Amino acid sequence: MGKHLFLIWKNLLRNKRRTVLTVFSSAISVFLIGALLSVYALLYAKEVTEDSAQRLVTRHKVSLTQALPYYYGARIRSVDGVANLVPMNWFGGTYIDQRPENFFARFAVDPEEVFNIFTEFRVPPEQLEAFQRDRQGIAIGKTLAERVGLSLGQRITIKGDIYPFDPELTVRAIFEGPDDLQSFFHFKYLEESVDDDFGSQVGVFTVRLRSAEDAPRVAAAIDEMFRNAPEPTKTETEAAFQLGFITQMGNVKLFLLSIAAAIVFTMLMVSANTVAMSVRERTREIGVLRTLGFRRRSVMGLVLGEAVAIALLGGALGVALTVTVTTALEGMAVQWFTGFTLPAWGIGVCFGMALVVGLGSSALPALVAARTHTCDALRYTG
Amino acid sequence: MPVPISYNIRNLRVRKTTTLMTALGVALTVAVLLGIGTLVDGLRTSLESSGSPLNLIVMRQGSTSELVSIVTKESFDVLKFDDRIAQLDGEPMISHEVLSVVNLSLRADEASVANVNVRGLPAVGIKMREEVALQQGRWFEPGKREMVVGSGVHAVRAGTSIGDKIYFGRDDWEVVGVFSAGRSAFNSEIWVDANLAGADLGRGSTRSCVLIRAVDEAAAAAIENRLADDQRLALEAERESEYYAKQMSSAEPVRYLGMFVAIIMAIGSCFAAMNTMFAAIANRSKEIGVLRLLGFSRLSILTSFMLESLLLSLLGGLLGCVLILPLNGMQGRIGNFITFAETTFQFRVTMESIAIGLAFAATMGVLGGWLPARMAARKEVLQSLGDS
Repeated sequence: MGKHLFLIWKNLLRNKRRTVLTVFSSAISVFLIGALLSVYALLYAKEVTEDSAQRLVTRHKVSLTQALPYYYGARIRSVDGVANLVPMNWFGGTYIDQRPENFFARFAVDPEEVFNIFTEFRVPPEQLEAFQRDRQGIAIGKTLAERVGLSLGQRITIKGDIYPFDPELTVRAIFEGPDDLQSFFHFKYLEESVDDDFGSQVGVFTVRLRSAEDAPRVAAAIDEMFRNAPEPTKTETEAAFQLGFITQMGNVKLFLLSIAAAIVFTMLMVSANTVAMSVRERTREIGVLRTLGFRRRSVMGLVLGEAVAIALLGGALGVALTVTVTTALEGMAVQWFTGFTLPAWGIGVCFGMALVVGLGSSALPALVAARTHTCDALRYTG
Repeated sequence: MPVPISYNIRNLRVRKTTTLMTALGVALTVAVLLGIGTLVDGLRTSLESSGSPLNLIVMRQGSTSELVSIVTKESFDVLKFDDRIAQLDGEPMISHEVLSVVNLSLRADEASVANVNVRGLPAVGIKMREEVALQQGRWFEPGKREMVVGSGVHAVRAGTSIGDKIYFGRDDWEVVGVFSAGRSAFNSEIWVDANLAGADLGRGSTRSCVLIRAVDEAAAAAIENRLADDQRLALEAERESEYYAKQMSSAEPVRYLGMFVAIIMAIGSCFAAMNTMFAAIANRSKEIGVLRLLGFSRLSILTSFMLESLLLSLLGGLLGCVLILPLNGMQGRIGNFITFAETTFQFRVTMESIAIGLAFAATMGVLGGWLPARMAARKEVLQSLGDS
């Protein structure tokens, strides 16, 4: 075995330029697959935290753009298994200008309840009190505050679009936690500033459960309660609700999958080509090895081993590159890239793919090498 | 004197497995780039064929989409009497419309739900979109819960055939027809009676937006200016064509991801091409020596090998183009960031994108071939003749 490893190593070093080029090209493929897996993980496999698993979102059955009456809150609260809930309205609007750097999520909420529902957000008690007392107060996530350069006591104006009014708000609280890229202000302020009953309608109710296991039962109970009401509801887990936005983007899975397939196939081609080239060049050598008493199996192993070694080297380099790039993007604290990282299973997939490509690309050349008749091999002049 | 090109072609033919594999690598890279290109071109065609430049969309100031805009009946009445508005059969071409969305499943996949735009509009609104024609069934009757669906919606979304019922607002609506809107984005919409939709959505007489057909270009500009000046109305007008053109932003993430992947893949393919060319040159060391002896200059050798690399990659480029041809005309759909609903379109392979694909392949060939070709050209005659 050791002897074989040594031979594989020597073979790798023999045509350094070719080895390096092939390793680089595999690394690039693995990097791309890693990047796609990270995108996939970001969209579909976001880890459901304990907090999130305990939350349901109730919206209008027809679509998110249709609102629910405020009084639904009291009725949902009466469902067995519901701990508490918060009405939330997506305010939309514009802060400063339309540039993406200045975009952030703004929800009109019940200030008394919001931090009881989103328990992962930590707020200093005195700030929480200040936020709850000031009808025109706004609570803003720390990461977001740093990004848009807001601090406590600062006054901001949001230009409304969905709602015909421009809230003037003062930053009263800064909360910290995962995904703290959003902001909350008073529902009452919105309600009073919009004259018709449009302002008192609710976009969604975020419901906190006593126990995450109750989720399916409670969701069904809420929807059943409003089944024949003028505004029927649809209740789903927070994770499912968020996934809804992604299916909205189009057939993202098919898109990612077709690109990934093209990449893997390309990598297979490149690798197979290299292995075939080196085997062809070494035909005579293989004859020599056979005369020296190497078995067909060993010859095959040498070829396979070399291809696998190259693929794994490329895999390691590719994974390292992916991790570097995703970490850098995550660090930018832009809404899109929160939690953008290559998960452990993704690293496994990358190496697995490298291994499969290594083996797959060298199977045929290895077989050819092993099958060549020793005399023919020795006679070969390439 | 240049080395005849038939020398290169023959060389590529002799090593056909290697040639084909390298070319396939290039082909897939080009296919990824072009695949994204056909998507973007398809969406652009759809959005650019939407809306006439003489049509103005009037929305509330600051609204980025019809969906989030509000225009009251009072404002509409103020707008209505204006001689800059074109007439049709004695009626002004102005349409007070209400926009909403409805969640519909895919025909192919029950679980894949997306928002589809529902537009409530009066009869004149339909006539203001000349590209729209009835394909199946009939138009909705005013005062009835009836829907006419766009051909794009009909193609991909379940429960949108004539006779099907869709729950919207507060009740079931019956699908009574399918319309086609040429290549435009209206194919992604469902059209219903404006008054009934307004009532069902609980908006009373308030609607989302107003569409106005101006008499001519000057009138269109005048109406735009008038609204910009009138702070009391707090409305703004935008050309319908511009409104749709802006929605191209929805394709940005796809475009960036696609370009990123294609460029990185191209680097990988360059390495592969380099490998192939280095091997080709190593094998032909003696031949190169002979060519030099015959009097071909270093420059001829360099050009010859560059040409071979270029041929190899162009072959790949052509293969890549062939690979994406079947996409042409396929039904696509994308989440629209502006309308908050789905826009359907048809993938389009344009001559321009094929040219870009070939140029992309050629670039890979030149970059991948440069170092090997230079090495070939620099070889000493005697040394290469001695190589085995």
